[in-house]
Amino acid sequence: MRAALNARIWLFLLGAFLLLAPGGIALAQNYDFPQLTGRVVDEANILDAATKIDLDTKLEGLETKTTTQFVIVTLKSLRGRTIEEYGYQLGRHWGIGQKGSNNGVMLIVAPNERKVRIEVGYGLEGTLTDAITSVIVQSKILPRFRVNDYQGGIRAGADAIIDVASGAGDEFKKEAQAPAKQHDSLSAFLGFLMIFFFQWPGLLFLIIFLHFFVQFLRKLFEWLGLTKPMTPQERKRRARNDWGWVVPTGGSSWGGGSGSGWSSGGGGFSGGGGSFGGGGSSGSW
Amino acid sequence: MRARIVAALAVAFLALQLAGCGVNTIPTEEERAKAAWSEVLNQYQRRTDLIPNLVETVKGYAQQEREVLTAVVEARAKATSIKVDASTITDPEAFKKFQEAQAQLSGVLGRLLAIQENYPDLKSNANFLALQSQLEGTENRISVARRDYIEAVRVYNTELRTFPGVIWANILYRSNKPMETFTISEQQMQTPKVNFEKKG
Repeated sequence: MRAALNARIWLFLLGAFLLLAPGGIALAQNYDFPQLTGRVVDEANILDAATKIDLDTKLEGLETKTTTQFVIVTLKSLRGRTIEEYGYQLGRHWGIGQKGSNNGVMLIVAPNERKVRIEVGYGLEGTLTDAITSVIVQSKILPRFRVNDYQGGIRAGADAIIDVASGAGDEFKKEAQAPAKQHDSLSAFLGFLMIFFFQWPGLLFLIIFLHFFVQFLRKLFEWLGLTKPMTPQERKRRARNDWGWVVPTGGSSWGGGSGSGWSSGGGGFSGGGGSFGGGGSSGSW
Repeated sequence: MRARIVAALAVAFLALQLAGCGVNTIPTEEERAKAAWSEVLNQYQRRTDLIPNLVETVKGYAQQEREVLTAVVEARAKATSIKVDASTITDPEAFKKFQEAQAQLSGVLGRLLAIQENYPDLKSNANFLALQSQLEGTENRISVARRDYIEAVRVYNTELRTFPGVIWANILYRSNKPMETFTISEQQMQTPKVNFEKKG
């Protein structure tokens, strides 16, 4: 009886928190993004099965070798945005690249808008510079796209990007000038420090505060005559449970189904949490 | 019965107080907005650094476009003469100056890139192509950085003005001012590709 009531108080508090907490939850922007189904996302249906498997193997090889995540995506439409705007937001949404090093790259093709873009994550901007990606787009991809050879263009572009990303590809590098700066790792580190130092005490404070608050509520309810005061036996039993936390006992409404894991599925590929800042270059045909 | 209602109200009120704690939210969002601002400055600086090379390259092929070249150099000098730091974002006057100077530079840079149409040699010069792709990439990074900054400022300003942030703002963060954001849209910054001016 008591346990059930305590559980109810807790549930009520939990509910109140969940209702009032959304201030802290970042609102996702209303963009329509395709599902990240693998390393090759062919929304526009311009690749045949054999090409997809072949590309997938190459992209996986690159990640195994260098941890760089490379995703090829074809889009049915750009949802009314420019490819530059949609591209970096898609990259951030999927989190392509490893967290911290932001070494993601995407080859985005929008055949209906006749636009192509190589989107480069923060961490790769020094390797795949704007000039290099521009050369790849202009010399490897666009000539094939202009004769409607989409598969050939994507293959050639992907090979060139893999070459450069894995350290080779000197033919593209000769035009590289002024490599981009790396600037993200420090701010990521500072962010981590801030969470560590500022949020943990806050959380601890909240837990301790909640503990006393529940004690207070219990007293309040007893005083109001809503619940009976504890018998000495109950008090003793409670004391054994260190903090006086409510422990689920039989018959209480506490617990319920344990949460299912956050499995993303989809062939075991998911973004590593990398971010994008508009590096790369685009072209149209 | 009345006691129950009082109790329920008390619970609701206290829960509200607790949920609204958020004492760290304002400094956290402030730091985020400042970081976004340094990224904006970083990208504008990158553009500024590219310009001398670009001007030199164009000069080699289009010496007679003196007017445009001078305009670019002047706009760049004006943009770099404006002192910008973290305090600029809470100073409407300084922010406006910064924004206008950069917008003007964007305009003349667009004109500089437009003249390539008249000079086939320049258009096919590898150095010029590399610089052009870098400039395009930088403009794109600028617009991404601007968008991130605008969003960070929106969150921060909202936190300063809405409950429960406004309470903390009045108790602990009285010196925190709302930040300025870009008012000249990116569309206006986009430069016309076609130049109807008569060539001299």
